[in-house]
Amino acid sequence: MGELEETVLDAFRRGGLSRRAFLKFCAATASLLALPPAAATAMAETLARTPRPTVIYLSYQECTACLESMTRSFSPTIEHLIFNNISLAFNDTLQAAAGEAAEAARKEAMRQAWGKYILIVDGAVPMGAGGAYCVAAGQSAVDDLRHAAQGAAAIIAVGTCAAFGGIPYAAPNPTGAVPVSEVIRDRPVINVSGCPPIPEVMTGVVVYYLSFGMPALDHQGRPLAFYGNSIHDRCYRRPFYDEGRFAHTFDDEGARNGWCLYELGCKGPVTYNACATLKWNQGTSFPIQSGHGCLGCSEPDFWDKGGFYRPLSAATGHWPRGEVLGAAALGGVVVGAGMAALARSHQKTSAAKTAKEAGSPPPKEDPHER
Amino acid sequence: MSAETNLLDFARGPALEAALIILVFGIFWRLVGVLALPRTRDLSEPRVRHAWLGGVKTIFTRMWPRREFRPRILHWEAVSYIFHIGLAVVILGLVPHILLIRDITGLSWPGLPDGVITFAAGAALISLLALLAHRVTHPVLRQISNFDDYFSWLLVFTPLLTGLMAYYHLGGRYEDLLGLHMLSAELLLAWLPFSKLAHTVFFLFSRGVTGAVYSRRGARI
Repeated sequence: MGELEETVLDAFRRGGLSRRAFLKFCAATASLLALPPAAATAMAETLARTPRPTVIYLSYQECTACLESMTRSFSPTIEHLIFNNISLAFNDTLQAAAGEAAEAARKEAMRQAWGKYILIVDGAVPMGAGGAYCVAAGQSAVDDLRHAAQGAAAIIAVGTCAAFGGIPYAAPNPTGAVPVSEVIRDRPVINVSGCPPIPEVMTGVVVYYLSFGMPALDHQGRPLAFYGNSIHDRCYRRPFYDEGRFAHTFDDEGARNGWCLYELGCKGPVTYNACATLKWNQGTSFPIQSGHGCLGCSEPDFWDKGGFYRPLSAATGHWPRGEVLGAAALGGVVVGAGMAALARSHQKTSAAKTAKEAGSPPPKEDPHER
Repeated sequence: MSAETNLLDFARGPALEAALIILVFGIFWRLVGVLALPRTRDLSEPRVRHAWLGGVKTIFTRMWPRREFRPRILHWEAVSYIFHIGLAVVILGLVPHILLIRDITGLSWPGLPDGVITFAAGAALISLLALLAHRVTHPVLRQISNFDDYFSWLLVFTPLLTGLMAYYHLGGRYEDLLGLHMLSAELLLAWLPFSKLAHTVFFLFSRGVTGAVYSRRGARI
């Protein structure tokens, strides 16, 4: 707060970092975002004259894993982001203040930066019971979000809960949870989905916004730089899929050889995220590399897709297949037999009618018919 | 949330369930309905001891044209075989298909590499196009073709095309194309019992009964 006029470059210098370090930071971030080399220069020029923006981080129906993830970002790190790029004015988990002091600090920060701050929302918003399922400082989450959104320059929904409703939104959704975009409908929301999102994706999106403004988004409102490709298409196990080599169980030869996990329910083919390229923990690994299929956590409704261990091509419904299809077969037999009986009856009636019209006695039962 | 995801969910959920129910119901309806129809007993003296063996033989002998017809139709027979074998390889060889069959029936077998499947699908698609061209250009075949022939062709062609498009990400996002692929295949399953596509099941019975009847009368089959 009160640091709106300090630019990002100023903050670097104040921290004892050189302009060279600043340029290296821009180059690394541009590389992370898969931007062309010229973009690093543009990013440096923009950030050098951009005042550090105030960031308000609001948490609703969430588990804090998104923030836990963000604190593990290595490029840029969360410390770097907080001390150099942004002014984190409110985050009820990271900040020292609590209770009324925290709320007062938030109101003051929002008042000072009204219309300019970045609003990061973490968690779904419960609409049921008038929003009573999530209330802080006497205000429901939905009212809090509507108010905060009015003064925001940009709204970033981090995590699948904020982006698509996530686990609170899963059936039967007892709290009437909705994603941020269903509350804020009059302006774009940048969705940074994932359960949790990749830390570098979260911090990278913030830096991108500071440098270039609104990023290009996909049809789900996610930055294309990170969500442009499916996990499957970038997966190092993809060649095994093409060769038809699959792990059938988690401890068979295929699993030990690192073959494709499609049969074990991997949702990589329909999941868009950067897990297979950026990976986690400083590029160490990602779930598929650890031997578990992708859950599809960055996609809407991933919790209600019929089961994490059901192959993508299998049916989602848990209906009793044997009983239902057996009943269908029985129904077919009954209808078929009935139709055949009707045909026999119609045949006899027609024969009798023809005989009557011809004036001859009705035909006798054909002893040879079977 | 997204229409595309919902399309795939719909295809994997209620649409698949409905298609399977219609398929099973329809096949049993048609099969029992035809088999239980009144037939006049053949009073002639049987020329062979076991006419049913002639029925079994006919199932196989009808798989290839008779010598006198070969010059005229052998090449189209070959194209038809390419299509049927290609389609069978695609349906029974692709691992996602096997997993779906396993999910429904519990039966499973090893799959084939995607390169083989792609080749088979391409061959089936090209042969289907050739067969359609033959149908619309041949004067007699065109005269005896009706809606069933063309619609059934479309319902076989569409899943093959959308399946290849989904695999190669041509013309849309994978989940959209996969949803369309599954829905088109489900439409095919629901249409199958009530159309000429029912020959998938009925050819055994029609050939068998014809072979048995003619065998009983002493005809060479």
